[in-house]
Amino acid sequence: MLIEIKMEKQRYERPVIRRLNVGVMNKFGTRTEYEPVTHIDDNAVASLIKEHGSPLFVISEKTIRTTFQDALRAFNTRYPKVQFAWSYKTNYIAGVCNVFHQMGSWAEVVSGFEYLKALKSNVPGNKIIFNGPDKTVEELTLAIDNDSLIHIDHLDELYTLTELAIAKAKKPRVAIRVNMDTGIYPMWDRFGFNYENGQAWDAINKIVLADRLQLVGLHAHIGTFMLSPSAYGVAAGKLSELAIRVRDKFGRKIEYLDLGGGFASKNTLKGSFLSGPDTSPTFDDFAETIVTAIVNAGFLEDELPLLILETGRALVDEAGYLLGSVISNKRLSDGRRATIMDFGVNILFTAFWYDHKISPAQDFSHHTEDTVMYGPLCMNIDVVRENATLPPMKRGEHVVVHSVGAYNMTQWMQFIALRPAVVMIDMKGKPHLVRKRETLANIDEQEVLPEYLRAFKL
Amino acid sequence: MVSLKKNIAISDSGFVFNPSNGDSFSLNQIGLDMLLQLKEAQSEEQVKAAIMAKYDIDRDSLDNDYYDFLKMLGQFKLLELS
Repeated sequence: MLIEIKMEKQRYERPVIRRLNVGVMNKFGTRTEYEPVTHIDDNAVASLIKEHGSPLFVISEKTIRTTFQDALRAFNTRYPKVQFAWSYKTNYIAGVCNVFHQMGSWAEVVSGFEYLKALKSNVPGNKIIFNGPDKTVEELTLAIDNDSLIHIDHLDELYTLTELAIAKAKKPRVAIRVNMDTGIYPMWDRFGFNYENGQAWDAINKIVLADRLQLVGLHAHIGTFMLSPSAYGVAAGKLSELAIRVRDKFGRKIEYLDLGGGFASKNTLKGSFLSGPDTSPTFDDFAETIVTAIVNAGFLEDELPLLILETGRALVDEAGYLLGSVISNKRLSDGRRATIMDFGVNILFTAFWYDHKISPAQDFSHHTEDTVMYGPLCMNIDVVRENATLPPMKRGEHVVVHSVGAYNMTQWMQFIALRPAVVMIDMKGKPHLVRKRETLANIDEQEVLPEYLRAFKL
Repeated sequence: MVSLKKNIAISDSGFVFNPSNGDSFSLNQIGLDMLLQLKEAQSEEQVKAAIMAKYDIDRDSLDNDYYDFLKMLGQFKLLELS
């Protein structure tokens, strides 16, 4: 009897030959083995892409909540009064914002549009912090009516706000933004009033003596992707010093100190020698420095101000993933391997300053190649990674880009390609669509074509 | 027709050594299969047929990869014209 045996064909990957170099050893070793990331919170990457298309942003609610709890614990265990305010500009998809609001975060907005978005999500007006240099009269009026915390950026805004307060016979709750030398470069002195040259103290005097606004807080936001916790210690010390001066001169209590945001996430900055997880300070590092500066500043026990934090990036970056697919492989003129992906800097804006970790989403052998990763745009700037060590991947195979939750879903461009869908995976592992994939209709509805331009003959 | 230089040593694990200049290389499994086929001076068609019989790959993709691989072998001075 003849038995027909059908052999199943083996999985193919591109043939790779790699020259072995003998030379000085790299003390950090060369990473030649990567784990494939086939699932995100128990959801198969391939299934997510099949259902929602490629590329696709995926947000892990579990990671957001775990990260937030870690940050809250770091501050709560050191200081009695802590309040986080979710930084809308970091990621203002309503689903994401509401996870933070469910955990007790207030809203921190920097534009009228973001302000309205927070209101629409039913954030109480008195729990919205309104930052930024560009607040219109209408927006300020709305913020006054809602009893929001208005953080004054410049003297023109102070005078506009004072006029509105007089006209409405109300006393809006305000803080001033203070910029200062904290020993880091660049110094963000374009926002708010300077501490060292006396502008901040001058603004405080003007507010308190005019008695048209309630000075309830002091705010600083010293930079972004800060790798040095000590700079926050300096900022907290200087804000505390101003608060105590207000108490001593006017007998008034500053209710809160807002240390802003800027904590680094675990991403790796371009040109960094060590990877992000090795260099980024922990929440405990930041908390220790900030709290130490405040508790040693000279506040009496019942005077301790509320500590507000507007942390964005460090709370959401690790929760975001970008799933994408290989469009093609090619060899560049200098012999380097290039892989073209279906996502580029149009939706991965942070590729300009991070070397994002990228994992294949399917099994592979341990052989790797140095590869330039390009996006799909017809633009030379569209480089996702100048150099990534990846196994050979063929057309249609998937990758997972890690730590993309901060800024990409707000700074993304509708340029050449439309923006992809965003899915959030809930605590039980169920995926929910939180932003639909854009369509031509989204573009069309904003355009107005004059009648005389409708027809043409070619 | 191109073929692999006769003196190139290939181990079962995919280690390649060129005794004429001391260069050494590593291969993945498919690279090893292709190189062994070339060492036996198989024709292009025979090499491709052997790969397609063993692996799950379409003809167009294999063509691309085959020519790219051959170029790399040429660049590494592992080929000779016969």
